[in-house]
Amino acid sequence: MVRGRIIVDTERCKGCGLCAAFCPKGVVHLATSLNAAGHHPAYLRDPDGKCTGCTICALVCPEAAITVYRTFSVKASVTAGGMCALEAAL
Amino acid sequence: MARELLKGNEAIAEAAIRAGLDAYFGYPITPQTELLEYLARRMPELGRAFVQAESEVAAINMVYGAACAGKRAMTSSSGPGISLMQEGLSYIAGAELPAVVVDVMRGGPGLGNIAASQSDYFQVTRSAGHGDFRPLTLAPATIQEAIDLTGLAFDLAERYRMLVILLIDGNLGQMMEPAELPPFRQHTSPTPEWAVSGAEGRPHRIITSLYLQPEALERHNLKLQKKLAVIAEREQRFAGLYLEDADLIVVAFGSAARVAQNAVEAARAQGMAVGLFRPITLSPFPMRALERLAPRARAFLVVEMNAGQMVEDVRLAVAGRAPVRFYGRLGGVEMLPDEVLQAIEQAMRDTRVTKNGARMLDAEVQR
Amino acid sequence: MIAEQPVYERPIGLTAAYTHYCPGCTHGIAHRLTAEVLEELGILGRTIGVASVGCSVFAYNYIACDFVGAAHGRAPAVATGLKRVLPDRIIFTYQGDGDLASIGLGEVLHAAARGECITVIFINNAIYGMTGGQMAPTSPAGMVTTSSPTGRDPRQTGHPVRVCELIAQMDGAAYVARRSLHNPAEIRRAKKALRAAFECQMNGRGFALVELLSTCPTNWGMTPVDALRWVEERMLPVFPLGEFKNVP
Repeated sequence: MVRGRIIVDTERCKGCGLCAAFCPKGVVHLATSLNAAGHHPAYLRDPDGKCTGCTICALVCPEAAITVYRTFSVKASVTAGGMCALEAAL
Repeated sequence: MARELLKGNEAIAEAAIRAGLDAYFGYPITPQTELLEYLARRMPELGRAFVQAESEVAAINMVYGAACAGKRAMTSSSGPGISLMQEGLSYIAGAELPAVVVDVMRGGPGLGNIAASQSDYFQVTRSAGHGDFRPLTLAPATIQEAIDLTGLAFDLAERYRMLVILLIDGNLGQMMEPAELPPFRQHTSPTPEWAVSGAEGRPHRIITSLYLQPEALERHNLKLQKKLAVIAEREQRFAGLYLEDADLIVVAFGSAARVAQNAVEAARAQGMAVGLFRPITLSPFPMRALERLAPRARAFLVVEMNAGQMVEDVRLAVAGRAPVRFYGRLGGVEMLPDEVLQAIEQAMRDTRVTKNGARMLDAEVQR
Repeated sequence: MIAEQPVYERPIGLTAAYTHYCPGCTHGIAHRLTAEVLEELGILGRTIGVASVGCSVFAYNYIACDFVGAAHGRAPAVATGLKRVLPDRIIFTYQGDGDLASIGLGEVLHAAARGECITVIFINNAIYGMTGGQMAPTSPAGMVTTSSPTGRDPRQTGHPVRVCELIAQMDGAAYVARRSLHNPAEIRRAKKALRAAFECQMNGRGFALVELLSTCPTNWGMTPVDALRWVEERMLPVFPLGEFKNVP
């Protein structure tokens, strides 16, 4: 099962809302707080861990303000070549 | 190098090649097109860039592009084309790009005609585009001088990161004279540190003339003005004839100066103390030399193939210390020496040197 | 074992500068895709961009390669000058619809006719953004702008200009495609088109142009999300997407 996480550069974000609109899991929202430029920055509110790290939010972000991470809870075995199964799965 | 019989337009083209011209972008317009045609043959032979653009607007912007890469770029045109290029010329000035533009003047305004004229003096020296800037303008009077000033134009353009305009008229462009071409210059100068070339291994460079913040644009303009001041200090050029004892000084440039010279020689033969002052740089105008001549000149007679444009620069230099008369022909008519001789005689008659050395124009006296 | 991997990061082809674009303006997406493509093709270090005059005049502050600013509409001519003296560099222009389809139409058509080996990125948002929302040559019929206040009337102002269809007629054009930035799937296709356009130049096949349908939330008077929908409902019918030319 794949789990994802995003980090939003809250000062760079202009609160345009595209990421929130296109997130398939609806876990990206605009904060009520304001950044220095007076925008409501996007953030991840994902208590149930729905984010899969699909990168759609980053794809639609006009400011390239989103970094997306993916976590694999899979048994990783190290193959002879030192390549761990994890990398193979990517 | 031996002297050859060379046509002005072609001589300038070959001189540019020998000065290391990397790229030429032009557009057909009489009386300059032989320059383009010549380079259409020669530039590909030398593996250098040549494009006949779709318009003068495109041509000058191609020059801008090549100049951004620190390459020696040139275009040529006539009055109507220069009018279309003026936005590009202003961008070149604003971005401090070295570029050479050859302007072969013709009759104007409007479509005018293809005869030789000097009616674009203001356009080139005063308003070569929007904003506070003036190009460096060189005005040869012979094919040999055009060749020499072409090489100089590229050097000055690079030394000052400036727009340099080589200003001639249709006569000089079309006529042939024996002249000597310079040897090929080894022009493999390295890419200037301000030029764009691809930011591999260094911070990326930006060439622009945009300064949104007024104070920043003012600083930029002051820098450009300071450069113009240095140029005015160092680059004023003129030629003189019989100036040592001249009473009446005829002032003329380009091919009008050749006609005026004939008249001056004729007047000298009749014993008149007449001299010829020929500006070679029109901007910076050779003010210093004229200011030195003004106190002892009885009068100045400015001869131009226009309605009177350089005459204003002469008046600025003379600053009222002597009368400044004007004789001009318009519409592409080139005056004959006799007409200038008559104007000289008229000016001599009209001016009297009073006991206290004041110089009076009778017309002014009667008023 | 649980190992977290970054799967998407801000491209190094973008500078650290904050953009001046309005919130939701898809110029930002086009910039990001351009930076990603230049990076992935390994040509960022030998690319020179030519910025136009319009909202994207400051593209040179955002895309991290050598850049020059061109006069309004003249970027293809400036790019021609650059390419002719630096044939081994990658030269691209980044222009809006006022710049390219209005004042600069002559330059882009002739650059294509000459087959200049450059890449033109054409952002079509059907309006003049920087000057505050005037009608552009690509404004659809009926579109209300500050200079077509009662809706664009083709009998008075003519019809939208379809640039890709025009450029594709030029024998010198080797790659011509129109994509859009109005949803994730189209953004992915837009990136592929940009990559193909730069590869066209890298292989010396001739003139390449990619038109990207874009939004202008501020001057359209819409939210960023509604603006994307407007592209779909009002622009796609006028500007069909696709690859118009791809000469091998």
